[in-house]
Amino acid sequence: MTEKNTPLWEVFIRSRTGMAHRHCGSVHAADEEMALQAARDVYTRRGEGVSIWVVPSAAIVASDPSEKEEMFEPTASKIYRHPTFYEIPEEVGNM
Amino acid sequence: MYTQALNARDTETSAIEDAERLAAFQARVDAEDKIEPNDWMPESYRKTLVRQISQHAHSEIVGMLPEGNWITRAPTLKRKAALLAKVQDEGGHGLYLYSAAETLGVSREELTGQLLSGKAKYSSIFNYPTPTWADIGAIGWLVDGAAIMNQIPLCRCSYGPYSRAMIRVCKEESFHQRQGYELLLEMCRSSEEQKEMVQDALNRWWWPSLMMFGPSDTDSKHSAQSMAWKIKRFTNDELRQKFVDATVPQAHYLGLTLPDPDLKLNEETGHWEYGEIDWEEFSRVIAGNGPCNRERLAARRKAHEAGAWVREAALAHAQKRRDRREAARHAAE
Repeated sequence: MTEKNTPLWEVFIRSRTGMAHRHCGSVHAADEEMALQAARDVYTRRGEGVSIWVVPSAAIVASDPSEKEEMFEPTASKIYRHPTFYEIPEEVGNM
Repeated sequence: MYTQALNARDTETSAIEDAERLAAFQARVDAEDKIEPNDWMPESYRKTLVRQISQHAHSEIVGMLPEGNWITRAPTLKRKAALLAKVQDEGGHGLYLYSAAETLGVSREELTGQLLSGKAKYSSIFNYPTPTWADIGAIGWLVDGAAIMNQIPLCRCSYGPYSRAMIRVCKEESFHQRQGYELLLEMCRSSEEQKEMVQDALNRWWWPSLMMFGPSDTDSKHSAQSMAWKIKRFTNDELRQKFVDATVPQAHYLGLTLPDPDLKLNEETGHWEYGEIDWEEFSRVIAGNGPCNRERLAARRKAHEAGAWVREAALAHAQKRRDRREAARHAAE
């Protein structure tokens, strides 16, 4: 095909105020304005959102799943980061 | 979903598909762990998914054509609004699915090219014509009904992006089936002539709907591996039987007769037993010789070619704006 590929955008939607934007899919569009319009048509036909972010897919940097162990394992041994690590007498009440 | 750049795979590592890696992959699948785009996966798993998800996407897109045929002729404003929304949904479903397929490292342009060249298949059902308004009801009730049967288990598919796309699709399909059945119910209650029209639509759509589940289990070439990979959860024949059991009583409620003289309820099993499917017709339509195959592909090609200047203009416009912004920044510096 001689045509140039239309850029890919990742779509994030805030389902209602107070919630975080959440990744929901992607769209192809020539520019950011059309990406927003396409995202609205594709991902919010039934009131799924109150706000949309579109981000060029190429701009996302992700961790490598094959390095999952090294990346996240260190947190597993740090149990003192959790409240249940600390003993509080029952008489003290909820804390 | 996710990026094309992230999916540029290291070909050297993917070439080493040793038994250990395959076993670890299968163990993850068996443990109901979801496989995500950048995870290691066997090349054949990737290929199977690209084929299945893109066929599914193409089916949604081509599926807009038989129904689009009636948008301008819907009998009331209510029906027209519903049909427009439904056809727009089908377009949306196609896009969710293309997105999911693209996470496997294939581009949208390649996928579209495969559809337009005739290399990729789409569901055989969309090669049948829609000569009457009752066909719109029959498509919603039967075709979307069969699609729902197929798609509900796909919500639990082992490949994350496909499963998430299916969850969205299934939420929206229910409206499609209900609007179709309601439309037919209204026709059946209106007049003898309209009821006959519905019966005629059922006669034409029943068997092609059963064929939507694919070849029988004894002839299906992809089933066993797809089950092991948890891409499929039920066999073609199991899903077909579920569909028949759900649909026959609905047809009776409409006061219609199913076009199958061998259809009977097995009192012991509780299942409706149906007659022999005409697999020759199925092969003929799949091979490109159904009533509307050429027309459908011609319509897609025309839309693609006629839209080329829009895509080009949009890209040129975006480039021009980027250049202008760039120039303004330089001037300001």
